[in-house]
Amino acid sequence: MQQEPLTVMENLLQQGISRRGFIKICALAASSLSLPAAEARRIARALATSPRPRVIWLHFQECTACTESLTRAFDPELENLLLDMISLEYHETLMVAAGHEAEEMRKKATAECGYILVVEGSLSRRPGWCTIAGEDSNHDLKCLARKAALIIAVGSCAAYGGLPKAAPNPSDAVSVGELMAAGEIAARPLVNLPGCPPVPEVITGTLVHYITYGSAPELDELSRPFAYYAHTVHQRCPRKGSYNAGKFAESFDDEGARRGWCLLHLGCKGPVTRNACSALGWNGGTSMPMHSGHGCLGCSEPDFWDRWEPAGGVYAILDVNKGKQSNRSPRQATGRDEGRRGAANPAIPAGT
Amino acid sequence: MPEKIVIDPVTRIEGHLRIEAETDPLPAGKSGYGRVSRASSAGTMIRGIENILRGRDPREAWAFTQRFCGVCTLVHALAAVRAVEAALAYPVPANAQLIRNLMLGSQYVHDHVMHFYHLHAFDWVDLVSALDADPAETARLQQSLSDWHLNSTEYFTGVLQRLQHFVSSGQLGIFASEAWGHPAYRLPPHANLLAFAHYLEVLGWQREVVKVHAVFGGKNPHPNIVIGGMPCAISAGRGRGGQVMPPRASGNRPPPFTGLTAVDAEGLATVAAAIGQMQALVEQVFLPDTLLLAEHYKDYRPETGDDNDWTRIGEGVGNFMTFAEFPNAGMADAPLCIPQGAVLDRDLDRVYPVDPEAGEEIQESVSHSWYDSSYHKDTPLHPYEGETLPHYTGPEPPYRDDQFDVEGDYSWIKSPRWGGRPMETGPLARINLLLATGHAPTISLVDDALAGLGLGRSALYSTLGRTLARNLETQLVAAALPAWLEQLNSNIQSGDLDTFNDSLWDPAVWPDSARGVGLVEAPRGALAHYIVIEDRVISNYQAVVPTTWNASPRDADGQGGPMEMSLLDHHVHDKEHPVELLRTIHTFDPCIACAVHVADTRDDGQLRVDIQGSGPAGS
Repeated sequence: MQQEPLTVMENLLQQGISRRGFIKICALAASSLSLPAAEARRIARALATSPRPRVIWLHFQECTACTESLTRAFDPELENLLLDMISLEYHETLMVAAGHEAEEMRKKATAECGYILVVEGSLSRRPGWCTIAGEDSNHDLKCLARKAALIIAVGSCAAYGGLPKAAPNPSDAVSVGELMAAGEIAARPLVNLPGCPPVPEVITGTLVHYITYGSAPELDELSRPFAYYAHTVHQRCPRKGSYNAGKFAESFDDEGARRGWCLLHLGCKGPVTRNACSALGWNGGTSMPMHSGHGCLGCSEPDFWDRWEPAGGVYAILDVNKGKQSNRSPRQATGRDEGRRGAANPAIPAGT
Repeated sequence: MPEKIVIDPVTRIEGHLRIEAETDPLPAGKSGYGRVSRASSAGTMIRGIENILRGRDPREAWAFTQRFCGVCTLVHALAAVRAVEAALAYPVPANAQLIRNLMLGSQYVHDHVMHFYHLHAFDWVDLVSALDADPAETARLQQSLSDWHLNSTEYFTGVLQRLQHFVSSGQLGIFASEAWGHPAYRLPPHANLLAFAHYLEVLGWQREVVKVHAVFGGKNPHPNIVIGGMPCAISAGRGRGGQVMPPRASGNRPPPFTGLTAVDAEGLATVAAAIGQMQALVEQVFLPDTLLLAEHYKDYRPETGDDNDWTRIGEGVGNFMTFAEFPNAGMADAPLCIPQGAVLDRDLDRVYPVDPEAGEEIQESVSHSWYDSSYHKDTPLHPYEGETLPHYTGPEPPYRDDQFDVEGDYSWIKSPRWGGRPMETGPLARINLLLATGHAPTISLVDDALAGLGLGRSALYSTLGRTLARNLETQLVAAALPAWLEQLNSNIQSGDLDTFNDSLWDPAVWPDSARGVGLVEAPRGALAHYIVIEDRVISNYQAVVPTTWNASPRDADGQGGPMEMSLLDHHVHDKEHPVELLRTIHTFDPCIACAVHVADTRDDGQLRVDIQGSGPAGS
């Protein structure tokens, strides 16, 4: 027998979390989004009055690292998110039901509009290359997008095409935004959370924002939340001081590397990569790529597998000034292979 | 009447898998469906990553192949750097080997424990039954199992209340299923509550223990690695170095990245703490839960409505293969060395050597896969020689269950075979090879566990046996971790900070052509990446992956893959909730994104894509 859903706060209070503890959770959520502390009260009010919103999480051409990243979130933690804040109605990696029952549940959960649709992975335009329960992934997305209140393209594959779209794009992979711009799926509010995978708290923080305000966080022209993507990882890199001082590691284990010097000469793409890695840190702030010693792959930038020159990609040394100019309009791919596609930046519609 | 039972999507796995099981007619007087007479395993998604690798710098192959799979996250990166290192005969410093061992070992523990609680447990654990539990009884059970600190009645009362609140909200989300109460579930309510408590505890635990990857690789999922060693220089000293951390506008503090690099005294202390957390949970929670589960499921009890004997059903093919793992990294007394070899037909008296580069040993067939191999369709080829082109000939989506034809091509997964035989890889294979080569810790661990359950070794060749093998081996790996860390610390203290060998980093010193195979014994099984380098770029790349072995479709000789064969003879009670089939499928911990690959080795380098139904007639 289905009862009236409890609000998020009722859930928390009924299981012994004090009002004070509840406000603390709200304060943490506010700070992860760089919101003023006073916003915690508004978050608290919102969580106190809304039932847990439905979340439908779809997997297409993906590797599940985005889902894995979600499980690594420290704020809020997945178990609290699942039990108290959202109602995750469909998620193939985590759900108990399988096969026909899983598909039935998805139909039921999406009968009414207003859910959050999360997409992990790119979409192939080739029939048969990504099929679930006999249905083409593009058709699934088309059906489910219509009634979604918000679509979150989680990870670089869903946001920009990612690895499947890397030249020569064997599967003719496209991003969610590209399908929306082409009118192949309904135009709904879209949030891109690029990263391969995104920082865990970027995923959970975006969900918490929606639960709180009923809308996506403020977005930039690539539909990314400003709170997480306004700055390059270089701006807050723990090795920024040595960059400013002109001290560079020239090999992965030279004296400079051991002293924590800048990794620009080892291919770091931090100066042109907008992401929250250095601001939030990874795995509870334990480290982030440059702190451990490898340069940034640029994994949250559109078409990052093909956009760096010269050919050599990951270890190509960035021309910092040129790179900065090109940040918002990725150049063509290197052309080292005739069959390779250019890294044209898809026209991604604004979030709302 | 014969029936076809279809599971699509198979959930609680990585990737897109479809399973079809055909059943014999039901004998008179029996309920449910007849026994499974044939099963077919189909991978239904492809990206073609090997093809993307052609023409790229071999040094960056790891970053691409890592994205085969975010669950396996480390292993495809490690296989790629090992492939390049093998091709170039590139020596790797001992410290880098130790760090890689620590990362791979941690991945085993993290992966196996998460698989058990978050992907596999609900094949055995009835969540709704937990609502009827007496928390005091759960507390007594926990106290009887180990010294684990979360063991009070108050604690389990809290967990039960949380579950009750969740269920009463009416929004069950991922936990909703009409399969609850299925006769295949046997645990008493208080044990089901224990399992749910551990489901939640392990979510918190896994976030902590992956910090090993964060310290050395900068993040998890998808930590960084490099050919020639590790890209994590060990801090030359203490202090904040040249760091400048600008304050954030909101006043939210940035993470305090102290030290010159992440690998300093504090970082190594984080690693040591994570290892401690891994060992504690494995010893005090994971292994006791495993044995508790086995105790309840080891007996054949058809009277409950579950007409399957879980220590006799689910074997697969009885052939097992492993690759050597955990390099000794200069240690005279290496804590764990998994042997490389093959065992056939359960015969542990004979271990066959395996040479992944020998043309006649490992070969892949595409005879039932959606690839056009114009003149090799029924001739299996060695990965170095493979010619395979995506050629989808399945039904045009949307298709109904009865339109999917498993007589012809039916999967994006290929069929690798060793000496023409289907081989199981993974935990059960490792346990078999370790037993066959007389590894004393494995022998006592396995035989003691089986003796405690009143079972013989033959029980390993089953659904329950495969889960036992995975969980028992976790103990072997967790026990090895401290020795690698101690050796690393000891090297550092004696002044050896080397983590990277730059002698072959510059492609200018490479030969004009080279090829090699990178082997990893990954948590899910034997993994091989084959690379061919011409003129300093990748000219061919091929991955033969654990789940490709395990979930492969039938080959040209009609031999099913291990997972297909493991489902034979299962009795399914309810076609819409085939708990029994899911239980056995999940014992393989399938990873389908890993398993599906395409490589084009044609001379012109062009991928030819041929889609039935997308031509003039179909579009």
